[in-house]
Amino acid sequence: MIGGLFIYNHKGEVLISRVYRDDIGRNAVDAFRVNVIHARQQVRSPVTNIARTSFFHVKRSNIWLAAVTKQNVNAAMVFEFLYKMCDVMTAYFGKISEENIKNNFVLIYELLDEILDFGYPQNSETGALKTFITQQGIKGQLQTKEEQSQITSQVTGQIGWRREGIKYRRNELFLDVLESVNLLMSPQGQVLSAHVSGRVVMKSYLSGMPECKFGMNDKIVIDKQGKGGASDDAGKSDLGGGSGKQSIAIDDCTFHQCVRLSKFDSERSISFIPPDGEYELMRYRTTKDIILPFRVIPLVREVGRTKLEVKVVIKSNFKPSLLAQKIEVRIPTPLNTSGVQVICMKGKAKYKASENAIVWKIKRMAGMKESQISAEIELLPTNDKKKWARPPISMNFEVPFAPSGLKVRYLKVFESKLNYSDHDVIKWVRYIGRSGIYETRC
Amino acid sequence: MYCFTEVLYHGKNHLISCNSAEKIMFSQHNPLFSVDGSLSSRSQEFLCIFLCACTSIICCSSDCHCVTFFLNLHQHSFYYFFYCLQENRQFGSKMTDSKYFTTTKKGEIFELKAELNSDKKEKKKEAVKKVIASMTVGKDVSALFPDVVNCMQTDNLELKKLVYLYLMNYAKSQPDMAIMAVNTFVKDCEDPNPLIRALAVRTMGCIRVDKITEYLCEPLRKCLKDEDPYVRKTAAVCVAKLHDINAQLVEDQGFLDTLKDLISDSNPMVVANAVAALSEIAESHPNSNLMDLNPQTMNKLLTALNECTEWGQIFILDCLANYTPRDDRESQSICERVTPRLSHANSAVVLSAVKVLMKFMEMLPKDLDYYGTLLKKLAPPLVTLLSAEPELQYVALRNINLIVQRRPEILKHEMKVFYVKYNDPIYVKLEKLDIMIRLASQANIAQVLAELKEYATEVDVDFVRKAVRAIGRCAIKVEQSAERCVSTLLDLIQTKVNYVVQEAIVVIKDIFRKYPNKYESVIATLCENLDSLDEPEARAAMIWIVGEYAERIDNADELLESFLEGFHDESTQVQLQLLTAIVKLFLKKPTETQELVQQVLSLATQDSDNPDLRDRGYIYWRLLSTDPVAAKEVVLAEKPLISEETDLIEPTLLEELICHIGTLASVYHKPPSAFVEGNHGVQHKGLPGSAGSAESESPDAVSAGAATEAPAAVIPSQGDLLGDLLNLDLTPPATTGPLPHSGGMQMGAMDLLGGGLDSLLGGDLGGSPAMGAGFGAPPAAMPPAFSAPVSGSLYDLFDLDNGVGMPLGSFCPPKTVWLPAMKAKGLEISGTFVRHAGVIQMEMTITNKAMSVMTGFAIQFNRNSFGLAPAGPIQVPSPLSPNQNIEVSLPLNTVGPVMKMEPLNNLQVAFKNNIDVFYFSCQYPISVLFAEDGKMERQVFLATWKDIPNENESQFQIKDCHLNSDAASNKLQSINIFTIAERTVDGQDMLYQSMKLTNGIWALAELKVQAGNPNYTVSLKCRAPEVSQCVFQSYEAVLKN
Repeated sequence: MIGGLFIYNHKGEVLISRVYRDDIGRNAVDAFRVNVIHARQQVRSPVTNIARTSFFHVKRSNIWLAAVTKQNVNAAMVFEFLYKMCDVMTAYFGKISEENIKNNFVLIYELLDEILDFGYPQNSETGALKTFITQQGIKGQLQTKEEQSQITSQVTGQIGWRREGIKYRRNELFLDVLESVNLLMSPQGQVLSAHVSGRVVMKSYLSGMPECKFGMNDKIVIDKQGKGGASDDAGKSDLGGGSGKQSIAIDDCTFHQCVRLSKFDSERSISFIPPDGEYELMRYRTTKDIILPFRVIPLVREVGRTKLEVKVVIKSNFKPSLLAQKIEVRIPTPLNTSGVQVICMKGKAKYKASENAIVWKIKRMAGMKESQISAEIELLPTNDKKKWARPPISMNFEVPFAPSGLKVRYLKVFESKLNYSDHDVIKWVRYIGRSGIYETRC
Repeated sequence: MYCFTEVLYHGKNHLISCNSAEKIMFSQHNPLFSVDGSLSSRSQEFLCIFLCACTSIICCSSDCHCVTFFLNLHQHSFYYFFYCLQENRQFGSKMTDSKYFTTTKKGEIFELKAELNSDKKEKKKEAVKKVIASMTVGKDVSALFPDVVNCMQTDNLELKKLVYLYLMNYAKSQPDMAIMAVNTFVKDCEDPNPLIRALAVRTMGCIRVDKITEYLCEPLRKCLKDEDPYVRKTAAVCVAKLHDINAQLVEDQGFLDTLKDLISDSNPMVVANAVAALSEIAESHPNSNLMDLNPQTMNKLLTALNECTEWGQIFILDCLANYTPRDDRESQSICERVTPRLSHANSAVVLSAVKVLMKFMEMLPKDLDYYGTLLKKLAPPLVTLLSAEPELQYVALRNINLIVQRRPEILKHEMKVFYVKYNDPIYVKLEKLDIMIRLASQANIAQVLAELKEYATEVDVDFVRKAVRAIGRCAIKVEQSAERCVSTLLDLIQTKVNYVVQEAIVVIKDIFRKYPNKYESVIATLCENLDSLDEPEARAAMIWIVGEYAERIDNADELLESFLEGFHDESTQVQLQLLTAIVKLFLKKPTETQELVQQVLSLATQDSDNPDLRDRGYIYWRLLSTDPVAAKEVVLAEKPLISEETDLIEPTLLEELICHIGTLASVYHKPPSAFVEGNHGVQHKGLPGSAGSAESESPDAVSAGAATEAPAAVIPSQGDLLGDLLNLDLTPPATTGPLPHSGGMQMGAMDLLGGGLDSLLGGDLGGSPAMGAGFGAPPAAMPPAFSAPVSGSLYDLFDLDNGVGMPLGSFCPPKTVWLPAMKAKGLEISGTFVRHAGVIQMEMTITNKAMSVMTGFAIQFNRNSFGLAPAGPIQVPSPLSPNQNIEVSLPLNTVGPVMKMEPLNNLQVAFKNNIDVFYFSCQYPISVLFAEDGKMERQVFLATWKDIPNENESQFQIKDCHLNSDAASNKLQSINIFTIAERTVDGQDMLYQSMKLTNGIWALAELKVQAGNPNYTVSLKCRAPEVSQCVFQSYEAVLKN
């Protein structure tokens, strides 16, 4: 198991050092500094073995977090724990920076004592931790016996992510379907690889211990219902609205720990008691029938040895009523570029020498439109034999729909003990599609 | 610009004055503050602001009289620092904890002491915080121990936690003082607040002081049965802590049983922690039946799995993976209950679930529908892991690499997800590339090649090299693609990027080996780049190509001659290659190249001090001078083809690693024993189906095993390129087809040189029989094909000098590799222990696999259970040349310092040479410690047997031993286990035996031998029952030998 945990600043000075196991000595702190932080080379592996001691590290801005062990630990667990540690710290005091860590070092020690016992990760849900570890010192003495046992049962209980007795005047929930489309396209317009990785983020402000059921247009579920002949009326109370594809094939999905996985496995229904506030309900990945919001058509022509002509056309490929935002096209230029003239029909384009690229920005663009940019690039003659590698043209954008075609069909809330029903809950759904790595080779 | 500034402030009365543009000085008496004159005026401006900022800080923290700032900053950071300070000033008196990190000075400890003893609670807390901050930075604040402990009795939980933190760090250095804390702990364990009870028991377990652990037992017992689950789950982990400090105590106090009961606890988190604790304890007792996994417990665990936290699920899944299901039906039902975990958001849960499934799948019949379903279910979660953070992607990719080798069918359609992204960190890129090669097949090769070509134009040198190499691997793996690969490689060579060209030439050489006489048209292009090659591997590859195809290259002699000029500056690899290539050339075009060949032979034999080169030179020389026809047959022999698969992990290791999916072992691709000290988790794990005995193995498993074993011949890695005389490229002879042929050739070669070497060494030393013996062994047993016998003969020469021989008659376990060359910069040590005529000898074979000579050998032992120590310094005739090995026998005595080791017969050794000091540990058979006077009187035996309590008796089974009792008795006598009496009851021979260890411990044994039953039973009684296990191992080793 984890033998110790150290936090360093960018210079390699220790800010936090907590040792859990006897086999980790003080010299381990220095070993990591010397061999990894101060190493001349770029990091070649997130796991380093120095003198039979293994160091796992992650870096957040300028801060290094390192877990140390001498045993054959579960490596995936150690990294998951380090990420979790970062989440917990962020939830407590915001950005992970040297200053924040120094300002909160007592708190961090307290957290480390609680979420890692003898190197074994314990309950690390911020919701639960915040009930008894607070920045204002511990409430310890002020609590009644009931409160204490409520805390302990939450920390150890089956529903460690939610406490009892939450009350809201208005029961409300927000669902965000956030997707990022990834594309790699050949110059001829052939899709080399494309996938959508999506997340369903939920903000819940619900009283009591509500039982929720979430439904989407998952192909497997829809097909099953179709076969049964009885199309569930849940399908009609369509939250998302809109038409488009009936159902989508989800390659794989993972869920927050509140979701009952065995039920999903057997019935493919997503049921859970949600944590309070914001959290990520699920992640999913699709590769089939993706709506690619934009098509990039590049044309690069070399005119002699000192000139390049570039023409790029982008076409938006979605309903004309929708608007895409924050569109940015990045056209790489050779290292020996001496000057660039750009003409674009829409938006603004600029040659940025420091980034070796022409950056073309368009604020808004409706569906089924097309726009074009052309540029003349002057090159300095070089005797460098190595050819210019022609990096791909990349794109950024944001669209108000889910490129995977995912639709939320329903989210039902049941709370038997309290006096509110599914209809009383105000529900909001929003779809945002963003570009992930959206590249077209030229 | 760097500047080094030291600011020292005194008191509250200060004044800043700027004397000149060059210097800023303090008023008062001396220039307390001076700045490098080259500071720009802008930075001085800031400096002033900075000083003002300091002032305000110091003003507002009243107890801080003095501040020293050491700044060694780049100018920008300088600005930034000022900025921060200004920010701080804006907060005014609202001070944050960060101040504790900056305040230091000489009288600090004294001041802290005063503050710790202050009456004011706030001040006390502040002081403790300062102490903790100093502790973090690595300062020794142990002197404050009593003062800090005094703060422990408080109602303030925050203060209490801080004190506990301090205690955990320093209790070990001040054990007597730590006792002071015991009372508070015991009291806290009774506190009505469960959080405090848990805190006390948690902290107490972290204080590794014997005296405290005694006091811990009672509170711990109570806490294990506490009504509050939070306390119970903390107590469960505490048992593991206590076990780590004092295993005996935990057993004596019966905590293990309580812990086992907790597996049935109603609270899932208690169950998870109990499982974690038990698994850890069980690992240090490999033979105990602690983690008694039976169907009932399995059921409980599987139920808890659905309910506990993500971490708990990991503990439980890792524990489940150790279970061996009784039959395929049970196996399937477990798999069914584990599969839902594949959708968990936590990657570690997913990987642990994959481990359980991969392992239990072995038991499922392949024609089962469920088997196919399961295979399909495994792919999506593995792919999803690749969208995690980069560090986890790395862990996932290392594991996928194993999974793909074991079950290629799972991911065969998922090639695209392994395409490298522009922004991936380099470690992810390299791993993806590895998997792409493994998944390459005829179906997807076109895409893969296109991708690889893209990668070859990237920036990172290592990555580009690997991509180029990957193209070559594809050519070798997918025959249909070879032509396209070669043309891609040629394109890359045209780029003239130095390292790309070199890498391409190395792989093209391999392609020539795989498809002889097919792509020779490219040789001309290769030759154009001859001058740009500066790496030994590429030069050697190019020379090989020139030599191999000498008849097609018109100016081959000129090309080779050009290399010859700097012969002595080349690396050994290139020298050997050059020697062979010129001999080949000579055999092909004898008329024009006679001069050249003589030149190279004389360079190799007369001017070189590398024995390999010299030997090879002599062999060629003699071959050419005695029988050129034979020489032609030898040197120009047809070469065996190289195999398809590359860099495969050896099947047994792969099986073990599959059992360790998700753990460090799977990341390093090494068994845990390679990087874990002691025996924590070093037990060898195997897959259930194939690890079992032959009859239980399903036919599928056999075929699967055979399938993975067959292509195990691997293209040699750079390390062992030395060696093969015939330039056969050192294929470890696992490809069975062409092997006998080449083996025959090697033998022929040796016969030719046998006599020659004799005369060369001027010896009637009997070199040829020794070499004959070296060669008689089947080549498979000697992977480093040629170098071994050659140096073996050298060793024989030394051997005669030393007069070391194997003692006849006494038992000697085979040598094992203690220190692999990979870990010790080329030094390899294998060895064993024997006892001969009352003297314990450590027999070692020391091999130099490095490129340079080794000298200055020395050896030392760590303290060990029986006080083994070298009786004298180690005698190694140095220097030890590269690729030479040597036998050394080191007499040992048992008068060294004693410390109990785990396991008992573990010996930690430090071995030194001129390069470095290396550490390894080995285990000696305890039989070397059995004294010659170990025969007990009958009466004494009887009395002693009765006298030793029955708890100390342990029974062992020795299976499959086909000796009769007399033979067994004789064999055992050879390791000083003496038979005292013998009787026969119901056709069973009972042998009563005794042995005595060098430290005076007697062990008594009863050996039951039944005619016709190959299983023996040994009952051992000893006053020190720890040794029984080791003694039994000796029994087994000697009887089975």
